[in-house]
Amino acid sequence: MSAPASDHGHQEPTSFAFTQENLELAKRIIAKYPEGKQASACMPLLDVAQRQHGGWLPRVAMDAVAELLGMPRIRVYEVATFYTMYNKNPVGRHHIQVCTTTPCWLRGSDDIVHACKNKLGIGLGETTADGQFTLGEVECSGACVNAPVVQIGDDYYEDVAPEHIDGIVEALKRGETPKPGSQIGRRSSEPVGGPTTLAAFTTQADD
Amino acid sequence: MPKLTIDGIEIEVEAGTSILQACEQLGIEIPRFCYHERLSVPANCRMCLVEMERAPKPVASCAMPCGDGMVVKTNSETVLKARKGVMEFLLINHPLDCPICDQGGECDLQDQAMAYGFDRGRYGENKRAVHDKYMGPTIQTAMTRCIHCTRCVRFINEVAGVPDVGAVNRGEHMEITTFVEKAIGSELSGNLADVCPVGALLHKPYSFTARPWELRKTESVDVLDAVGCNIRVDTRGSEVMRVLPRVNDDINEEWLNDKSRYAYDGLKRQRLDRPYVRKNGKLVAVSWQEAFATVAAKVKGLPGNRIAAISGDLADVESQFALKELMGRLGSANLDCRQDGARFDTSVRAGYLFNSGIAGIEKADVILLVGTNPRWEATLVNARIRKRYLAGGVKIALIGEQKDLTYPYAHIGTGPDALQQLSDGTHAFAETLRNAKNPMLIVGMGAFQRADGLAVQAAARVVGEVYGMFRDDWAGFNVLHTAAARVGGIEAGFLPGEGGRDIHGILDGASKGEIDVVYLLGADEIDTARLGKAFVVYQGHHGDAGAHRADVILPGAAYTEKNAVYVNTEGRPQLARLAAFPPGEAREDWKIVRALSEAVGATLPYDTQTQLRQRLMGVNPIFAAVNAMTPAAWAPFGVQGAVDPAPFVSPVTNFYMTDPISRASVTMANCTEALAGAVGGPAQERTGTHG
Repeated sequence: MSAPASDHGHQEPTSFAFTQENLELAKRIIAKYPEGKQASACMPLLDVAQRQHGGWLPRVAMDAVAELLGMPRIRVYEVATFYTMYNKNPVGRHHIQVCTTTPCWLRGSDDIVHACKNKLGIGLGETTADGQFTLGEVECSGACVNAPVVQIGDDYYEDVAPEHIDGIVEALKRGETPKPGSQIGRRSSEPVGGPTTLAAFTTQADD
Repeated sequence: MPKLTIDGIEIEVEAGTSILQACEQLGIEIPRFCYHERLSVPANCRMCLVEMERAPKPVASCAMPCGDGMVVKTNSETVLKARKGVMEFLLINHPLDCPICDQGGECDLQDQAMAYGFDRGRYGENKRAVHDKYMGPTIQTAMTRCIHCTRCVRFINEVAGVPDVGAVNRGEHMEITTFVEKAIGSELSGNLADVCPVGALLHKPYSFTARPWELRKTESVDVLDAVGCNIRVDTRGSEVMRVLPRVNDDINEEWLNDKSRYAYDGLKRQRLDRPYVRKNGKLVAVSWQEAFATVAAKVKGLPGNRIAAISGDLADVESQFALKELMGRLGSANLDCRQDGARFDTSVRAGYLFNSGIAGIEKADVILLVGTNPRWEATLVNARIRKRYLAGGVKIALIGEQKDLTYPYAHIGTGPDALQQLSDGTHAFAETLRNAKNPMLIVGMGAFQRADGLAVQAAARVVGEVYGMFRDDWAGFNVLHTAAARVGGIEAGFLPGEGGRDIHGILDGASKGEIDVVYLLGADEIDTARLGKAFVVYQGHHGDAGAHRADVILPGAAYTEKNAVYVNTEGRPQLARLAAFPPGEAREDWKIVRALSEAVGATLPYDTQTQLRQRLMGVNPIFAAVNAMTPAAWAPFGVQGAVDPAPFVSPVTNFYMTDPISRASVTMANCTEALAGAVGGPAQERTGTHG
């Protein structure tokens, strides 16, 4: 958290205020926790602030959360800097996060990263000039069964192959939301090509 | 009570004792970095691993409570291997810069690496490097050396109560930082460097000045407030290099406030190192003989009631006692040690002492602060109140100025009227006091430094009586002084005698020309303009306000330069010891008074300090019980009368500068500039000489 502007090359905003809508949401979140334990609402509130502020958390937003919860500022900084899901630097409108942890890597995540770099013309941790896309690599996204996985915004794109990237990015550029989930058409984490055991039951249960 | 076996020795310990503590009771040393006996236990350094039977792997002894029948080994092969492993990991990122590190020679990591370290590294990668952080004028950082024990984070959160330090990021990128490069807003910040087991946090003023093994250590007491913190003065030659706290569980535990710790550079500046006499309006350096002769010529033939003496905040007991006896021989009863103008009854000891003792705060269940800001007036008393607050089950209320005291309190009034409402039970807080088992009242000088001080003292006494603060088993009535000299002066009898004038009378008399000679024993915090045309003798060690007004200057010794008795606010006499000799021709203060007595023809009957102390003990037996509190018997005190409803105002407006030593200190000036505004005081105005 040292000298954000010079370290990370971006300008920190000087003020942050929750919108009326988000403030009410924050109050509902805080109300879930017992009196005196408001600090428990720190993480959901940081998320609310991040969403409101275009996908990243400036320091003033952390301060706003600290004030709302009556926490010392440093306590909120500790939380925000600990979790990688809180972005301390500005991100593009679409935050593309490629999982490169072992299972995804074994299934070819390096190629996915390469495809993204080629398509977008940026490296890891960079944002396109038009501010539309930020490319990042993340540790395990927790969807190893359908590796490799790319998270874009709140959606998971699973079973991704390099050739899918082009379509996804183009769709995003057009303002559409590409269909999340498995890109090769499998349902949830069923075996590729459909169930191999108890097929009848599964189909019946699902239908 | 669990019984366990450690290294083949059976021991029975209190329930809840950790294995590490049990080992300490047996005298077995367990290496540790994160564990600190006065902080919470995070168990994150893993250095204190021990082997426990039926446990699958070594356990962290600091966080493992003793259980019945445990069999623990602290020196087995497994333990040694585990600790060596931990040490190797710690040294992966720790730089090998001991030769240029100020912690070298007193570093926990260095010492323990001698026992558990390997003589070469097996790690081929680069060590990580971390940006140094700005933590204010007192703490120097070298964050690459940090081993992430988090002692500093826990200290500042728990003991200091100023959550300014934290650990950001995670894993290998974890860094200790203040909240965005800000000076630490605590008066206890120096302790961060003490608790740091490595050289990551260091004392800024001490940086690169000395090595611990070349310092001479002298155990002494601090005099920059009335708490009487136990300190160790480290000197090299005649120079004080640093001041460190000494453990005393009755007073300061093992902490020290920043003023007492860092004001020592003031001892090297603005010093009076030779006698001066004012000739034709200018102070001219003279010999001791001439200075004494000048005073003697002035005093000779003068009736006693035209002479007066005032002692200052840093005066020791011996010199005050000797001066009192000298004044008696000169026929003067005009003397007062309360240079701050406080009015309180000194006839009953219980009326001016911190009767419960500082450690007694931990027994109180309701604490009422009156006219005081303990955070600035007595930082370690405040730290003790915070400790009591953290233990839970205490209600704290304040009558006076609202300030951030590092713990929550109820603000129940601003002036003496609240005391009256409490004594007649009409105040909303009365119910809480009535239900308290051990109620405590702490009255500060802000309540006495006013025209109605005596009446306020009586009103506070009545509150104490009504709510049972004067019991055989509980003394809850406490007066918090601000000056180290005060209680000693009172106990030595440095007070107006029969028909004598007090501080107000002396200053009035001097300005009206009714007093011809005023003797200032280190008194600088008086309004020197009111000394009028009086002939002023100033005995002290700094060229401060008193010396500027003086006609004769007698250079004395500062607290690190003499053997002397000081009495803290609890009434506990403690010995300050000579750590370095006074500069130039300056002398120990009681000797100056003794020599002067001969020059004015009223020789005092002692030639050695021992003889003086013998006589002192004869006058007041509390001085015989050094380091002990002599309990004060209760009797009515104060003068009941009308009180002024004006709010109480704390006498300390800038924590960092309260006396001639801290006013001469560069470090304290830096602290004032960086922090006085931050901790709620007036920010210092910037002048044309700033940068």
